[in-house]
Amino acid sequence: MSSSTVDVAHNPHGEGPESDPHFQHHFTTMEQQFDTSKIGMWLFLVTEVLTFGGLFVGFGLMQNRYPQEFVEAHEHLQRLAGAGNTVVLLFSSFTMVMAVLAAKTNQGAKCARYLWLTIGCACIFMCVKAYEYNHKFEEGLLPGRFYHHTGDLIAGSHGYATFFSFYFMMTGLHGLHVVIGAVLMIWLAIRAKRGEFNENYYTPVDLVGLFWHLVDLVWIYLFPLYYLIS
Amino acid sequence: MSTHNGHAVDEKSEARGHVLTLVALLFLTVVTVGASYIDFGQGNVVIALLIATVKATLVSLFFMHLAHDKPVNGLIAVAGFIFLGLFLMFDLIDVTSRRDPNPQVLHPAAVQTATPPAAPAGAAPAAKKE
Repeated sequence: MSSSTVDVAHNPHGEGPESDPHFQHHFTTMEQQFDTSKIGMWLFLVTEVLTFGGLFVGFGLMQNRYPQEFVEAHEHLQRLAGAGNTVVLLFSSFTMVMAVLAAKTNQGAKCARYLWLTIGCACIFMCVKAYEYNHKFEEGLLPGRFYHHTGDLIAGSHGYATFFSFYFMMTGLHGLHVVIGAVLMIWLAIRAKRGEFNENYYTPVDLVGLFWHLVDLVWIYLFPLYYLIS
Repeated sequence: MSTHNGHAVDEKSEARGHVLTLVALLFLTVVTVGASYIDFGQGNVVIALLIATVKATLVSLFFMHLAHDKPVNGLIAVAGFIFLGLFLMFDLIDVTSRRDPNPQVLHPAAVQTATPPAAPAGAAPAAKKE
């Protein structure tokens, strides 16, 4: 497609898209390139939703099978730690969206600062998680056949081990996403500081932002289902 | 809002919107934690999931920009949740229409009430190893 007039119309500086070092030749405009990346990211996010969704459905089914055990097992989780982590993640989503805003308004240093704040939140989240996990390990509240907690009301029931299998699988997979997100943000913060992002090219910041908000979204459901329901 | 479509970004108003979204999300977190301390019976689950869904909607509309984005992205997101709903629906149909084939194995709790506590306590872990 040779629509050079369209290209000029879409570029605020009146130059062709070829002038941007990030422009790839198989796209017509920078806008088309950005939109394509974004659609790809959303498709990936859908697969993430379905991955976690499968675990949520499984958790629901097992809760239906072992209602008493699940209520009792959930008492071992610290509501305050969960609530604190919820606040940390929500705040990190806010700093992330501010980083995206800074990137698309040509403020590289500000974008980097917001990204480091978000990484800090991710670290706090993982520290709280480590503290919680440690507490579970000490009490023998482990998944599957590793479960060796004593003093359960329904002795010998598989329900407790099942609960902690889901707990560790889901919070573990979620934690892995937090770590991946944080690593990606370190890469972004370095690039943002170098001034690599501007109003015409901030795709990586935007897409990692979407990923980070999905991590937040998963936690929004994990928190009430594990920590609050009794 | 993207700069690619030629519109200038109103940084101040967009930032204000994000602050408001954050405040709403934190407020809903306080509400959901508070509600969990009150016993509504079965209602607790419904309330918790309802609040979580409102929070998820706020995040996807404003933090993930779906409110101002090209509709195709929103369509993909909604499609994802529709398929999740389908999955959940067929699972529920299966669970509610199927008779438990072996309640003794799946519900040691039910056995518990019928026999002395010592017997299943020793029997269940042994059975688990298969």
